[in-house]
Amino acid sequence: MAASMAAASGGSVTRRLLRGAARGLSGGGGGGGGGAAAEEPEGAVVNVVFVDRTGRHVPVRGRVGDNVLHLAQRHGLELEGACEASLACSTCHVYVSTPHLDRLPAPDEREEDLLDQAPQLQENSRLGCQIVLGPELEGAHFTLPRVTRNFYVDGHVPKPH
Amino acid sequence: PRVCVVGSGPAGFYTAQHILKHHNGAQVDIYEKLPVPFGLVRFGVAPDHPEVKNVINAFTQTARLERCAYYGNITVGRDVTVAELRQAYHAVVLSYGAEDNRVLGIPGENLSGVYSARAFVGWYNGLPENRDLKPDLSCETALIVGHGNVALDIARILLSPLSLLRKTDITDCSLAALACSKVKRVWLVGRRGPLQVAFTIKELREMINLPGARPVLNPADFTGLENAIKDAPRPRKRLTELMIKTALEKPGEKTVEVQAAATQAVAPREWGLKFQRSPQEVLPTADGRRVRGVRMALTHLEGSGDSAKAVPTGDVEELECGLVLSSIGYRSLPLDPSVPFNTQRGIIPNSSGRVEGVPGLYCSGWVKRGPTGVIITTMNDSFDTAQSVLEDLQVGVLDVSASREGFGAVGSILRSRGVHPVSFSDWEKIDAAEVARGKAAGKPREKIVDPQEMLQLIGH
Repeated sequence: MAASMAAASGGSVTRRLLRGAARGLSGGGGGGGGGAAAEEPEGAVVNVVFVDRTGRHVPVRGRVGDNVLHLAQRHGLELEGACEASLACSTCHVYVSTPHLDRLPAPDEREEDLLDQAPQLQENSRLGCQIVLGPELEGAHFTLPRVTRNFYVDGHVPKPH
Repeated sequence: PRVCVVGSGPAGFYTAQHILKHHNGAQVDIYEKLPVPFGLVRFGVAPDHPEVKNVINAFTQTARLERCAYYGNITVGRDVTVAELRQAYHAVVLSYGAEDNRVLGIPGENLSGVYSARAFVGWYNGLPENRDLKPDLSCETALIVGHGNVALDIARILLSPLSLLRKTDITDCSLAALACSKVKRVWLVGRRGPLQVAFTIKELREMINLPGARPVLNPADFTGLENAIKDAPRPRKRLTELMIKTALEKPGEKTVEVQAAATQAVAPREWGLKFQRSPQEVLPTADGRRVRGVRMALTHLEGSGDSAKAVPTGDVEELECGLVLSSIGYRSLPLDPSVPFNTQRGIIPNSSGRVEGVPGLYCSGWVKRGPTGVIITTMNDSFDTAQSVLEDLQVGVLDVSASREGFGAVGSILRSRGVHPVSFSDWEKIDAAEVARGKAAGKPREKIVDPQEMLQLIGH
């Protein structure tokens, strides 16, 4: 337990060393037993759930250090990253489940400015490319905004006619 | 099923991407009138915003898919008609954007020294049709009509230090012109107030922080606004707060560079926002040929928020300037007589991207919704249209039992008309040449602005 928590907070080299030590000592911890060392990815597991645009829940085993945008894309979720995580668009906009939202570092000014541009902005909106998984995000839900038909950028509601 | 997309900008590519991803059998052909793809991502996004252009990588991946083909150098409506495309494909999606601009419609608009923002942006971004613009930058004061992001882009390009612009993909020719520019003051003039500005906070902040330039905002324009925005939606609130803060900032709080410039007795460049001024006439020089100023009607606002209307009060003001850029909106044009077009709104009448009254014809992007919005807006909109196409394929509204020839049919039509399409790998040769030319100058690319040169390069 202690080994995997230490592994979670250290840098990648530290994580590898500690995981190796943990395996040697107890065989437990986040990495999974035995197995070819070459296959083993970095960091302890963080289980999260993506909710896609149809409402379908997609559980995903992430790792500490994973970028949420890239994680979603690797698992086939339709989360675009038009500017490739360079803080120049808002296409990776997601909603973060409430308890986990507050555990994230506050968005910097650049992210806030871009969130202003995201359709259907909510209190729990964040840019996926700015979220990095840590153990505090275990169980987090990242919901992709539903794109309703005939939506408008600023939430304008068309008058019925 | 064979799908044709007309236009290779973000709308075209995002529509293609979505259809290809959600239909295993669809073949999507993307047509483009220029030899080179990507539309406004290449020709509209400012040179100093390279990250926004990263989306080109996603589009390139789409273009390289086996079930996707790119055909450049084809002007739909001239080289091939929409009717001919509808014969060759099961579905045709019009994503050709907005190639024109709204006009002020005031006397003097055609004087030398007055340009549309669209043409000016096209000029510094290497759009072939604007390569000979030769804007006159020999005056001190420029007036931009409009309070949108395009207006801010132009102000920023006019006032940016050369050292920053030199490293971008701005054309060499524009760089040379800007190096000789005398423009040191840019006014952005809008007929409504601070609460109606259309630009966004990221771009405003960038302008405020521009090295060597100081913002000039009149605190009087912002009295009482703090209160008015108390309950405004977050984006409007933050944007207005930033303007208020900037307007109330004392000279002593300016950036180090600006102070340094001031102490060297080199007046920093400056830019400002003027509100509730509606241009009535562009005033000519004594010889009647060039602009010397603009007469503007002072307005008051009726209503509030986004729907506030500017009404002339009867008072006027004249502003001296030698360069006028009208940045009041892009505008789509009708493509082909067989396609319904709403001239008043400048869009193709549609419902969720299905063109009204024409089954099998769709539209996405600015020609569908109007010429506003950023990448995410167009992306969502394109996915919406793609959904309509996919639904229609699924429920049989589009009859795919009859096979269509796709480019097989169009190709022979084009050949008979002497039109040579440019393939995606042809574009990649042009791309490589541009990158190589830019390298020597430390630029990401040196854009080729002559379509003939592009065609020669690929052996056409």
